[in-house]
Amino acid sequence: MKDICAELSKIVGPQYVSNHPEECYLYARDPGTMEPRRPDWVVMPNSTEEVRHIVLLANREGIPIVPMGGGLVLSGLTRALKGGILVDMKRMNRILEVNEGSRYALVEAGASQGMLQAYLKKHHPKLKHSIPDAPPIATLAGNILIHGSGHLSHAAGFHSDMLNGLEAVLPTGEIVRVGSCSASPYWFGRAPLPDLAGLFLGWFGTTGIVTKLAVKLFPTRAVNDVEMFVVEDPELVPDILQRLADLQMAEDLTAWMAPKPDWARGFQHVNVNYGADSREELGWKQKLIRASLQKYRDEKVGGFMPIPPPMKKGLLEAPQTALTRFADVKKGGGFEYVGGIMPIACFPQAYRKGIEVAENHGTTYSTGARIIGVGHCMMFYFSYPFNRADAADVKNAQEALEETNRVVLELGGIPWKAEAPAQKMILQRMDPNTVDLMNRLRAVLDPKGIMNPGNWEAD
Amino acid sequence: MEYAEILHRCFRCGYCKLPGSFLDLNCPSYLNFRFETFSPGGRLWLLRGWLDGEIQTSPRLAEILYSCATCGNCVEHCVFDKFKDNLVKAFIAGREELVDQGLVPPLVRDTLKSMQIYGNPYKLPEADRGNWAHGLGLEPYTGQEYLFLAGCVGAYDERGQKMARAAAGLLKAWGVDFGILGPDEHCDGSEARDLGEKGLFQSLVERNIRQFQNLKARKIITLSPHAYHTFKADYPAFGGTFEVYHYSQILAKLARKAPLKPLSTPRRVAFHDPCYLGRYQKEYQAPRKLLSAIPGLQLIELERSRVDALCCGGGGGNFFTEILGRGSDSPARVRVQEAAAAGAEILAVACPNCAKMLDDAAKTEGLEETLRVMDLAQIAGLRI
Repeated sequence: MKDICAELSKIVGPQYVSNHPEECYLYARDPGTMEPRRPDWVVMPNSTEEVRHIVLLANREGIPIVPMGGGLVLSGLTRALKGGILVDMKRMNRILEVNEGSRYALVEAGASQGMLQAYLKKHHPKLKHSIPDAPPIATLAGNILIHGSGHLSHAAGFHSDMLNGLEAVLPTGEIVRVGSCSASPYWFGRAPLPDLAGLFLGWFGTTGIVTKLAVKLFPTRAVNDVEMFVVEDPELVPDILQRLADLQMAEDLTAWMAPKPDWARGFQHVNVNYGADSREELGWKQKLIRASLQKYRDEKVGGFMPIPPPMKKGLLEAPQTALTRFADVKKGGGFEYVGGIMPIACFPQAYRKGIEVAENHGTTYSTGARIIGVGHCMMFYFSYPFNRADAADVKNAQEALEETNRVVLELGGIPWKAEAPAQKMILQRMDPNTVDLMNRLRAVLDPKGIMNPGNWEAD
Repeated sequence: MEYAEILHRCFRCGYCKLPGSFLDLNCPSYLNFRFETFSPGGRLWLLRGWLDGEIQTSPRLAEILYSCATCGNCVEHCVFDKFKDNLVKAFIAGREELVDQGLVPPLVRDTLKSMQIYGNPYKLPEADRGNWAHGLGLEPYTGQEYLFLAGCVGAYDERGQKMARAAAGLLKAWGVDFGILGPDEHCDGSEARDLGEKGLFQSLVERNIRQFQNLKARKIITLSPHAYHTFKADYPAFGGTFEVYHYSQILAKLARKAPLKPLSTPRRVAFHDPCYLGRYQKEYQAPRKLLSAIPGLQLIELERSRVDALCCGGGGGNFFTEILGRGSDSPARVRVQEAAAAGAEILAVACPNCAKMLDDAAKTEGLEETLRVMDLAQIAGLRI
């Protein structure tokens, strides 16, 4: 094998390649509970062409290659399970185009959520994108490619639904474009062509390295507010969510349940984030939102909670920093979660099972849901904090995670951005012909099996 | 290691890499190197791995630890209120461990050695320390209202000397009653603290306190925000409590009544907040008040200003070690480009380290014809 470090240095410059123990140590880890897996090299390309040359090198030498964005997935998807070259994409962070008329932004794959948010605020204040509650350094590409969701998901679905097209380097080194950009100078959408974006969505980097992508933008609203409806009985929540979804008034519809603070314990809180172009319109929307749940108010089983201003400020934040702060609940710097994508009807069982899992593992928890589309499904999250300095506690959180993955699958849901062991659980339940199709597609795209190996692989 | 108890509490969420607006990378070392290891979170995790024996001491580890500019952006933007105040302190504690092991990078070693032997990082005689004031007619300190301290950069660096002369000259012209120590001034120790040489820092602090107390100096004006911060934040713990001012604060107070000359042509001026004046000591108003008082000066704000200011990369000892001075992503080069893009004709500074770093960066970026880096006193005292 040639001196890979020297070869990589020729491609990106020596300052952007490392096989130092320090980089190999850090890039082996993500903030979740998965065990470290060391890459042999870390490289940071600055262009699609550089990515192509790195892939060609890996292909020629048969070296595994792992693309990484923000590295915040928590389920260890960017760990080099079989060693090799880890490609940190964050130098490719340019915002290439914002098309106001067609409402999309074209960005490089390392562009962060926060950077696009700030850029739009400054240059295109009438437009925004759907930002997830991941920290702002998380990349757009990473979140879209794992089917993430965010603050406009009730209005417009998964973030992968907001993808207009992409550019990718295939495992054999070809650069491809999918979506309208493959046949037009515009990146307005994926229709009406064969939807090849599916070759890269949800594949966890096993089919190529996405280098550019276009994301849909949406109108900003002059005024924004949030309502919080509180009930005790989880059985009522699916209907409450569907009533609110029927209105198509909210931008973001979420639920949260936590044992702390004390006043929240045992209650289901449904947050309705909405905006308007005037105070008057906001007032109408508020009335409609409140009217949609009048039945439960009349029956005195639920009501709208007055939200103190500091709390409201936090609930209107995008992303919400409070969710990141959950990592310090045990003064331990970590939390792990399963996001189960499932029907809204599963809400009561998911809630009860989540508490059961937390009790089984003697840990505290935070659970909740984000409604995707107009009530089409939800991402129900089960979140467990852990103390990174306590190996037994990390292990405990990992076991809670495993149990939760089983629960999600038993409920008919599918774990989101599943870590490698959960991917195996999914594959076991998957239609064998579907598994076969996945394997055949991957064999065609990646004949040497170099792309993020260890993911989407059955035992 | 001090602050070891916080290392595992970092989630590596990355808020520390950004300004409050999320506009662009705002951690100088991460901006420059781009590897996660050079981010605040990466550094904390490496320190933990190092203490746990999973990472060995190496030149790379030392480079990572010493690349922190101690600018405080991470402290400002970390979302973990319960321990964020100790982030930079933990990085410095890591450096202290390296100093104890005798494994610091050569440039750090040389800087510290020079401070030990010569009393300054420049390997220049202490007798030359007062040269900056030649010809200004400044009085030695003999009990005047204020003691003016030029600091090491103001005393020895060519660019720093210009700034010290401008500041002291303007204070004199505006009737401030002050004296200087000339060759008897000593290093304030802030660089020794940041480089992890605790013992040297302590000895410098104690020496200065003794001297100031013997001279019965109560009020101090500093040229350097680094000195301003260390006199206010560190010296009291050693028994040295003084009334400390940054020179911009004195000038701002006098600006309304001062004989400020109108600029010969109107100028767009952006102020670059120094980290130790701004984020550390929360002084954002005084420099702006002074600049706003100058007729013909249009003060503009950079996108990253005040708590969000991008450090020039000269803090934490990097002014001397130049770890952050490499390539087009060096924070100083990014900063002057930001100022130029904002349409600034003058980038105003209030720190000798910033003056030098940004001046050099403007030249490297080919901006010297369109963007002048000038300190507050130069702008206020000269007809441009």
